[in-house]
Amino acid sequence: MKELTYADALREALREEMIRDQSVILLGEEIGVFNGVYKVTRGLLDEFGPERVRDTPISEAAIAGAAVGLALAGMRPVAEIMYMDFLPICMDQLCTQAAKMRFMSGGQLNVPMVLRTQYSLGRQHGSQHSQFTPAWFLQAPGVKVALPSDPCDAKGLLKSAIRDPNPVLFVESGLLYRTKGPVPEEEYTVALGEAAVKQKGEDVTIVAVSRMVNESLAAARKLEAEGISAEVVDLRTIQPLDVETITESVKRTSRLVVASDDVKRGGIGAELSASIVETCFDYLDAPIVRVACPDTPIPFSPQLEQQYMPNAERVVQAVKSVLGK
Amino acid sequence: MIIRKFEEKVEELFMVKGLLIGPSHLYLGQESIAVGAMAALQPDDLTVTTYRGHGHALAKDVPVNLCMAELFGKSTGNCKGLGGSMHVAIYPKTGSLYATAIVGSGIPIAAGVGLGLKRKGNKRIAATFFGDGACNTGAFHEGMNLIAVWKLPVLLFCENNQYAMSTPVKSAVSSPSIAERAHSYGMETMVVNGNDVVAVYVAAKAAAERARSESLPTFLECLTYKMKGHGVYDKGEYRPKEEVAKWLERDPVTTFKKRLLDQKVLTAAEIDGLEAETRQEIEDSVEFAVAGSPLPFDQIMKYVYLE
Repeated sequence: MKELTYADALREALREEMIRDQSVILLGEEIGVFNGVYKVTRGLLDEFGPERVRDTPISEAAIAGAAVGLALAGMRPVAEIMYMDFLPICMDQLCTQAAKMRFMSGGQLNVPMVLRTQYSLGRQHGSQHSQFTPAWFLQAPGVKVALPSDPCDAKGLLKSAIRDPNPVLFVESGLLYRTKGPVPEEEYTVALGEAAVKQKGEDVTIVAVSRMVNESLAAARKLEAEGISAEVVDLRTIQPLDVETITESVKRTSRLVVASDDVKRGGIGAELSASIVETCFDYLDAPIVRVACPDTPIPFSPQLEQQYMPNAERVVQAVKSVLGK
Repeated sequence: MIIRKFEEKVEELFMVKGLLIGPSHLYLGQESIAVGAMAALQPDDLTVTTYRGHGHALAKDVPVNLCMAELFGKSTGNCKGLGGSMHVAIYPKTGSLYATAIVGSGIPIAAGVGLGLKRKGNKRIAATFFGDGACNTGAFHEGMNLIAVWKLPVLLFCENNQYAMSTPVKSAVSSPSIAERAHSYGMETMVVNGNDVVAVYVAAKAAAERARSESLPTFLECLTYKMKGHGVYDKGEYRPKEEVAKWLERDPVTTFKKRLLDQKVLTAAEIDGLEAETRQEIEDSVEFAVAGSPLPFDQIMKYVYLE
């Protein structure tokens, strides 16, 4: 094992896949000369040249559309959309074009493209540069959605996303770019669609995504000190959604808390709760509790933003509430 | 001619026989554009077209039986009945790569296709077709700029049929012509009589050669008229009668027929023979379509993701 930051792990995935497969091509705003706004693509322009690492104009619809066209023409594009807030500008290309192409062509087409993006909640970026909206894409059958929470998964999931024959939305966490973690020395991938039990436990299941996995692991440590054994499951992808792993866990613990950085209404927690009620109704000993953001835009004020964001403490409180403590 | 007969049949199946339902956007009056353009392309050049795509499909060699079956929603259609009329021009086997039902969205996709083909370095090119309505979308401008700034081998056929649904170009497009917009992106532009198949072919041929040899895009504004309304149910009554009459005189099929006769390329008997043959081919395609069945519902799931 080696220690890498989340950003460096992502860069290793891009670099290794570009070496492995000549058809992998990167495009996006500021990814080349500027090395990427968050430096994920640092050095790749120098190594692979401007034909394969392409700086684009500020044209999100064209970036996503060009990625779709590249994929149709037999390439493996990885396009970067600088902030998740800019995704609605290319929603047509992702959800109405790429997502439906295989289906409505009767299987004649497929679109092996990756749209990388990140959300910056917690970095005082205000309402239009912070939001976390992966649940929107649950309504777009045909797209896969990956959201890694640590460097190891970041690298392994990105490699799988690039090799996947379907469009993949890859959501990174801006707050995690500089966090470090162990990454295998050897070649590996992490399959899309498999949740990971990141902490074994018996009293309650906490399901989390992205940054909230780390907060949930911190919560589990605090709870352990109080004699509560919490299982923490990282969904890793929400499409496909690994209901099976969560079901298996909830059947053992009988209690579920879902933690994510999106607004609570219609979010990841809503979808997961409904799925688990369908599979585990007879096993649940308490109502499912969601830990998420309030149903408002994100406030700029650093103090307000801190109050707005879910954190380990709120996960602890939620766990206590489902345990009746 | 096959497009004309196909579309006339489709209209009859909708309006008279009630056999077809759903939106269907006829290509009547615009046939010269697809036919002239596709004739100038190589079979392995790739096209990105639109929901008004029956003509593009047939001109790019999508088998007529598959097209008709697709319109009927049968599993024997080229898209297995999952696409329908608006996506009937999806048949990558003949280079008829994609057809979108969202106005303007094909232009950025064509940019990507052009870039992919350029990267492969095999001198293939992309061509995209869209209407005058598309030129007011954001995707048009973003896509045009990218194609121009990256010098991509893409031909852009703007089929200016004078109306975006019922909205006339005059009241929707601020510039004196659509070609002028392309020109402002630094692109080669041509304004072509879209009702003259030879004119379209000659222009497209020159543009295709430039794309192939110099990797440069060309914008071809093809002036035409949709003989019917927006969709098969639209009678187009918002159009002034004199305007319709004027354009019907320039019907691309009848004028080309006359030209072939005048120049003694074909005799009247030969044309009659071709028409009869085509009519039979369309009748056979309806029979083929009717005989097919829809995909079993439990199979649609497997077309969402490629495993």
